[in-house]
Amino acid sequence: MKMNTIAAIATAMSSSGIGIVRISGEESFQIIDRVFKGKGKRVKKLSDQKSHTVHYGFIYDGDELIDEVLVLIMKGPGSYTGEDTVEIDCHGGILVTKKILETVLKYGARPAEPGEFTKRAFLSGRIDLTQAEAVIDVINAKNQYALKSSVSQLEGAVSKRVRALREVIIYHIAFIESALDDPEHISLDGYHETLLQAVIPLKEELKRLIRSSENGRVLSEGIETVILGKPNAGKSSLLNVLVGEDRAIVTDIAGTTRDTLKEQIMLEDLSLNVIDTAGIRDTEDIVEKIGVEKARHAAEGADLIIYVVDGSCSLDVNDEEILAFIEDRKAVIVLNKSDLSMVVTPDMLNKRTSHKVITVSARNRSGIEELEHEIKTMFYEGEIDFNDQVYITNVRQKNALEEALRSLGMVEQSIHDGMSEDFYSIDLMDAYEQLGIILGESVEDDLVNEIFSKFCMGK
Amino acid sequence: MQYLEESYDVVVVGAGHAGCEAALACARLGLETIMFTVSVDSIALMPCNPNIGGSSKGHLVRELDALGGEMGKNIDKTFIQSKMLNQSKGPAVHSLRAQADKQDYTRSMRNVLENTDHLTIRQAEVSEILTDQGVLTGVKTFSGAVYHCKAAVLATGTYLRARCIYGDVSNYTGPNGLQAANHLTDSLKANGIEMRRFKTGTPARVDKRSIDFTKMEEQLGDERVVPFSFSTDPASIQKEQISCWLTYTNSSTHEIIRDNLGRSPLYSGAIEGTGPRYCPSIEDKVVKFPDKERHQVFVEPEGLYTNEMYLGGMSSSLPEDVQYAMYRTVPGLENVKIVRNAYAIEYDCINSRQLNASLEFKAVSGLFSGGQFNGSSGYEEAAVQGFMAGVNAARKIMGREPVILDRSQAYIGVLIDDLVTKENLEPYRMMTSRAEYRLLLRQDNADLRLMGIGHEIGLVSDERYEQLLKKEQAIELEIKRLEATNIGASEKVQEFLENHGSTPLKTGTTLAELVRRPELNYIMLTDIDLKRVPLPEDVVEQVDINIKYEGYIRRQKQQVTQYKKLENRKLQMDFDYAEVKGLRREAIQKLNLYKPMSIGQASRISGVSPADISVLLVYLEQKRYHKNVEQKE
Repeated sequence: MKMNTIAAIATAMSSSGIGIVRISGEESFQIIDRVFKGKGKRVKKLSDQKSHTVHYGFIYDGDELIDEVLVLIMKGPGSYTGEDTVEIDCHGGILVTKKILETVLKYGARPAEPGEFTKRAFLSGRIDLTQAEAVIDVINAKNQYALKSSVSQLEGAVSKRVRALREVIIYHIAFIESALDDPEHISLDGYHETLLQAVIPLKEELKRLIRSSENGRVLSEGIETVILGKPNAGKSSLLNVLVGEDRAIVTDIAGTTRDTLKEQIMLEDLSLNVIDTAGIRDTEDIVEKIGVEKARHAAEGADLIIYVVDGSCSLDVNDEEILAFIEDRKAVIVLNKSDLSMVVTPDMLNKRTSHKVITVSARNRSGIEELEHEIKTMFYEGEIDFNDQVYITNVRQKNALEEALRSLGMVEQSIHDGMSEDFYSIDLMDAYEQLGIILGESVEDDLVNEIFSKFCMGK
Repeated sequence: MQYLEESYDVVVVGAGHAGCEAALACARLGLETIMFTVSVDSIALMPCNPNIGGSSKGHLVRELDALGGEMGKNIDKTFIQSKMLNQSKGPAVHSLRAQADKQDYTRSMRNVLENTDHLTIRQAEVSEILTDQGVLTGVKTFSGAVYHCKAAVLATGTYLRARCIYGDVSNYTGPNGLQAANHLTDSLKANGIEMRRFKTGTPARVDKRSIDFTKMEEQLGDERVVPFSFSTDPASIQKEQISCWLTYTNSSTHEIIRDNLGRSPLYSGAIEGTGPRYCPSIEDKVVKFPDKERHQVFVEPEGLYTNEMYLGGMSSSLPEDVQYAMYRTVPGLENVKIVRNAYAIEYDCINSRQLNASLEFKAVSGLFSGGQFNGSSGYEEAAVQGFMAGVNAARKIMGREPVILDRSQAYIGVLIDDLVTKENLEPYRMMTSRAEYRLLLRQDNADLRLMGIGHEIGLVSDERYEQLLKKEQAIELEIKRLEATNIGASEKVQEFLENHGSTPLKTGTTLAELVRRPELNYIMLTDIDLKRVPLPEDVVEQVDINIKYEGYIRRQKQQVTQYKKLENRKLQMDFDYAEVKGLRREAIQKLNLYKPMSIGQASRISGVSPADISVLLVYLEQKRYHKNVEQKE
């Protein structure tokens, strides 16, 4: 059970130079020891270091290197929250900061509630008395806000799906519990098979939900974008126009091995992470050099594909092939070089693709607005404020989904291990509670009600 | 005419399962105690089912026994069949249930009470409580006798303004035609106590000679009986057991019920009390679960010296003629003769949120209560509350802190916390699913959990307590030994593992690791555990469970640590929550209504949100800070 050590991103979720992930609570040092490796061969345990010292090193998720960081450790009570606290300064940018937070959560912390650091600071007497009322307001306001944003995000499909999952889970818990309470009326013979058959689709659905929660990620972290096109189709020109001089919020985000670079472009609230920019810029010929297969590979993990067609050259087999495989992906077709005499018309493309075709001249900057508008409508669903609050809500939800999935995995394990049924209900209950967190619902008397309404018990 | 009869330390009102435990606890602690009952012949009466224990109720009895209560000992003396339920399940849900010889049970308990020093039994109806400015001073009987006392325990069960109903017949009596107590309610109301009405029911008792058992399945007891009481020697209670019988209702039964629903007081509105969902009448079952083709009927003996049989599963308040018709559709009951009709019973009780966790009324100092009067149901639930109310009444008189068990210590703690914290809309029954930490609250370790507390209370002897300490030590040593004993991959070991369908070893391991394997256990390892010294059965059981479920147990212990943190943040009982800025109105209302004793309890009140708890914590800190500053100045 992850309980009392909390973590959150302490800096605003923008493309600022530095991102800080803060951890506070009893297990802060144990958690940082699990993910931090110092430079050099000697193992450096941060928990053994003096308070208020800074350490240079790397954050790892198992064997995977996440980022190069500076870590500040503060032992309680000499910290803001009065608890053992760790601050990880990383390279900034939404992606890396978030990845670090996720790693920390994976290794034992839980996401902080809104205002929780402040609350802890207050409770340990670190905040002046006059601030107390402000804290209360913050807690109230943030809770309402978090609720509102989570509700708005969850309205409709997702919450319905989570509810459906919970219904199945509570039904099974209630069945087990009824049988345990009234073994002579309700038999559990052979029930483990039934439960196993129920758990498998539940897990699949949870996995799908986790994947779909990536849609939220797309909004908050940026859209993984690949620009494809034949040599001289005008990919880098287009990129330059999209980046633009007036849109200065552009950062290079160092990935793990520094061999992939991502350029970040802001379209108002929406950010595009254009992948392999260096590659596109230097070689200009992603299709030709690395071939259609490689292009396909590059496009695989992308949220958005911008396929640039040179309107002054006629379409060939490569175009056909690429258009075919991006057909069922999120993509937009840019018909470039409208300033030159065109041999390709929008109609010709419309016959080969169902994607939107936008005629553009990167050189004259014409059609760019239309392109931006199209991208925005593709991703912008509903009125969602893009800021760190929504983002936190997202992480909490995803976290809860993952915890629920883990709990169901344990149910499956218990079934395979031949444990008895009362053990299944422990993990089923955990899954149920985790999903409840997403809906903002607590357990209270759900179970007892379910038992009595679905199963006939008693003397 | 009013006159002063006598003075006592403690008055106990009622001699059912709650009253008996309360009176015994007080008297055994040396307090002069008087127990009132409307009928001395009905002490420890079992007016409904003829058994003690069952899922989670068995836990309660064992916990009560570990604390120094009587119920476990009494059923060990008087049972006629015993079963450990859920044996194929995990150890947390094993639960004992024994069929009692009802008359023997009553007689035996009465014998204990009558031979307890400091305890007086008196047949009279208590009609008033006497108070002075919110403090209890005594009670008055219907005949006008005044008994002064320092504390009282109300354990009136189902007798307050009781009404028994079947069909259009209704009698203002308690169970079995016993006299109801019709006057106390008004006096309680006059003292600001809010009353409400619950109902429950019981099936018919029938003549054994009119039953054809060849059409029923026989239900035997366990071959080896496990006693309820930790002080009962298992060898002393192995005896011949009496069978119960199983049969089923069918579509004709259901048809008769459906055709006569209009004549049921439950459906005609003649019954106003709220009934329990977990022990529905047969008409409820047929209406609520129309798809079920049949319901089980357990035919259970009421005792060794009677032909009466209890028809478990068929409680009802249908008219007499319909009862006959419906029972006679059941295989084996075609010619059945009813001795006592099934009936529903309505009675006055309280909303238990008016009590502190010590079971003392918030509004009347010195007044305690337990059992069905508190809105629970069941003999076992009643007994444990009576015991706790009695102990805490005694401790109040002796100037000691109340004993409050929390949710991580005992089912008793869960039960009382639920009663005083949650909105209970029906008679409350214990269930294993209500206990969050049930892997820790097993019936097998009730002594290890609670006997120390019982000893501290003064109801467990030094001798018993020393035995417990020895047991504890033996368990600990043996677990350590198993964790420390390495086992190599010798030929003998590999062969042993293969024989038991267990994967052979690749490298050495410990005995404890082998115990952890699902297919193995402590006893099986005897062959390869060469240094083993024979240990008592109960020690072996603990060693096995603690090693086998170590991962789960550790997880629950961590949860308990978290839980305790909030539980240990105490709240003032006389605090006005309207003072706290930022609390939502609903939370203020609920908190002022319940007056929780800790942040933990506050968080379990429905209508109090996590944000309210945060606000409350901040407020408390603010206050503490203020105090510190003032002190410095």
